[in-house]
Amino acid sequence: MSPPPKVLITKIGLDGHDRGSRIVAAHLRDSGMEVVYTPPWQEIPTVVKLALEEDVDVIGISSLATDHLIVPKLMRALREAGLGDVAVIVGGIVPDDDEKALLDAGVARVFHPGAALDEISAFVREATARVRAARFPA
Amino acid sequence: MNKPLPDPVPATTKDAQVRWEAEYAAQIGADPPVHNRSGIPIKPLYTPLDVDATRFDADVGYPGQPPYTRGIYATMHRGRTWTQRQLIGLGTPAAYNARLRDILGQGASAVSLIPCNSVFRGYDMDEVDAELLGTCGVVANSAGHMATCLEGVDLATTSCAMNDPSPFTLLAFMLATAKRRGVDWRAITGTSNQSDCISHYVANHMFFRLALPGARRILVDHIRWCNAHVPRWNPLSVVGQHMQQAGATPAEALGFTLASAVQYADDCVAAGMSPDDFLPRFTFFFDISISFFEEIAKFRAGRRIWQKLVRERYAARDPRSWRFKFHAQTSGVDLTRQQPLNNIARVTAQAIAGIFGGLQSLHTDAYDEALSCPTQFGARIAVATQNILREEAHLTDVIDPLGGSYYVESLTDAMEERVLAVLADVEREGGMYKAVESGFVQRRIGESARRFQERIDGGEQTVVGVNAYRVDEAPDARPSLPKPDEAEMRAHLASFAAWKASRSSDTVARALSDLARSAQGDGGNVFGAVVAAAEAGCTHGEICGTLRREVGFGHPLIVV
Repeated sequence: MSPPPKVLITKIGLDGHDRGSRIVAAHLRDSGMEVVYTPPWQEIPTVVKLALEEDVDVIGISSLATDHLIVPKLMRALREAGLGDVAVIVGGIVPDDDEKALLDAGVARVFHPGAALDEISAFVREATARVRAARFPA
Repeated sequence: MNKPLPDPVPATTKDAQVRWEAEYAAQIGADPPVHNRSGIPIKPLYTPLDVDATRFDADVGYPGQPPYTRGIYATMHRGRTWTQRQLIGLGTPAAYNARLRDILGQGASAVSLIPCNSVFRGYDMDEVDAELLGTCGVVANSAGHMATCLEGVDLATTSCAMNDPSPFTLLAFMLATAKRRGVDWRAITGTSNQSDCISHYVANHMFFRLALPGARRILVDHIRWCNAHVPRWNPLSVVGQHMQQAGATPAEALGFTLASAVQYADDCVAAGMSPDDFLPRFTFFFDISISFFEEIAKFRAGRRIWQKLVRERYAARDPRSWRFKFHAQTSGVDLTRQQPLNNIARVTAQAIAGIFGGLQSLHTDAYDEALSCPTQFGARIAVATQNILREEAHLTDVIDPLGGSYYVESLTDAMEERVLAVLADVEREGGMYKAVESGFVQRRIGESARRFQERIDGGEQTVVGVNAYRVDEAPDARPSLPKPDEAEMRAHLASFAAWKASRSSDTVARALSDLARSAQGDGGNVFGAVVAAAEAGCTHGEICGTLRREVGFGHPLIVV
């Protein structure tokens, strides 16, 4: 059996509202995943470094107050660090137009308010399987 | 829980009750227990047997008189309706000013200013990612910016609420603006919202993270300085809204908020201040969830607990110290992205609960807040909702219209009991600072948030359009939302850079070194030094940067 998904749950930018990131992190942990959790306000280079050192499959970015606007910068930084294969998901308040821009920038999925926790954990498992299949082809 | 039966109970009451119980049991079928968000069991019917009529004067009484259950003023909304305060924050100071004048023209009666997240975090606009500037609030970094924000607003007659965490630079910029305009500081009214540093440590976290001991000292200085120089200003707003939005139940949010207020009052007393000097300027700020009766009971219980607490603990003698004044905001967490216009109905129900709860000031959320920062269209509906409730529905005709309701009185008692239990828990932890440093409060709130989310995911709590009554939505149901004008923001950045370069560097350096000395504890008032720095032309980022060096950066304990 392969080890459980390893997920980094974090917030970048300026906002501090962390109810969503805490609930999602606790849910993923309790459903058997290995979760690396950070408080809000992380710098993009810090997130990249953590993702590299912790060797995560998935990065979850929570954004409630427009911080999603710098997610494309994070995507570029991940690619430059050779982490283009990590699946990045974004959860929170993301207007429709911005969602399209995030998906174009390489984000795997955007979860909006009202998403069920089970839906999020199911997606993380699938994304992990894809990431690992690409990293370690059979 | 039933109170002892009034003696003698008329035989007809007993007979009728027995008959009703039998009929109810025969007809109801499956009758799972009902609890409100605070965990209080809710019965299907409340009767005279649920209230103790002999306790009316002691527990309910009259508005404007202790225990203030029915309201803190004799006339309440019949005399003066609540202040209509819409939170706005937008782009550049000029864009903010245009929106502010529009809202004041629509019936809003007071100013509220939300700064850009960069301001909350203690930075100037040239210190952060430009993409984020002005997307959630106005980019105001100097006294000059504040003057533009408040162009055309009479500061002597308009109450201004600043979303202004420690070290309260926005108030300092406003005072500098007032002085330039010749407005006497003693005439200025309003509130330092977000001054409650504990609430930011526990939840929300939209603040400049000064280390807690430093933030604690600066807050006491701020209260003392405002009492002396801006006596009609409320330097402290103790916030339950953050904790409830982060997941605390209404009873927990009220309990932790009162515990924070006790902590601040204890600090002021320890600093040698007299309770009747500072308590009249303590205010509160709460969330109004859609749990309708629970919210009404929360506010009624809050008034009763506060007056008893300040009289017993601080021997406060001035009735102004006893009054539990609060601003309330409809809950953003209850709003949905799905079928967003449904949020107008939610906000209406929340607002009615707040009005029946006897609030002093109200912000109604715009229906589009679950999509992004509100549009002008959404903000207008939010203001109109208040106008309709007040002038068409006549909610202000009668004071505390639900007072005497068997259910509401019984629920008020039950909420009081729960809230007092939370207060006792915090007292056992050694007060609110200790309870926050140990993570006790954060854990409690986190658990409640999770329990509530599980109730929604499990379908036990209906959220229309989310876990029930879903409909296919047209793609244009969620309009795209405007972002701050990029060219305007670039011009704002350029003029800020040019203005900074034009200042006298000596004046700025002197003001910042005075600020540093007061923060090191030379005996000067730290907030007084912040005001002096604002008048000398220092920027928000310079003031915050100086304090960050002197008192340290805070690291709130965040418990998953």
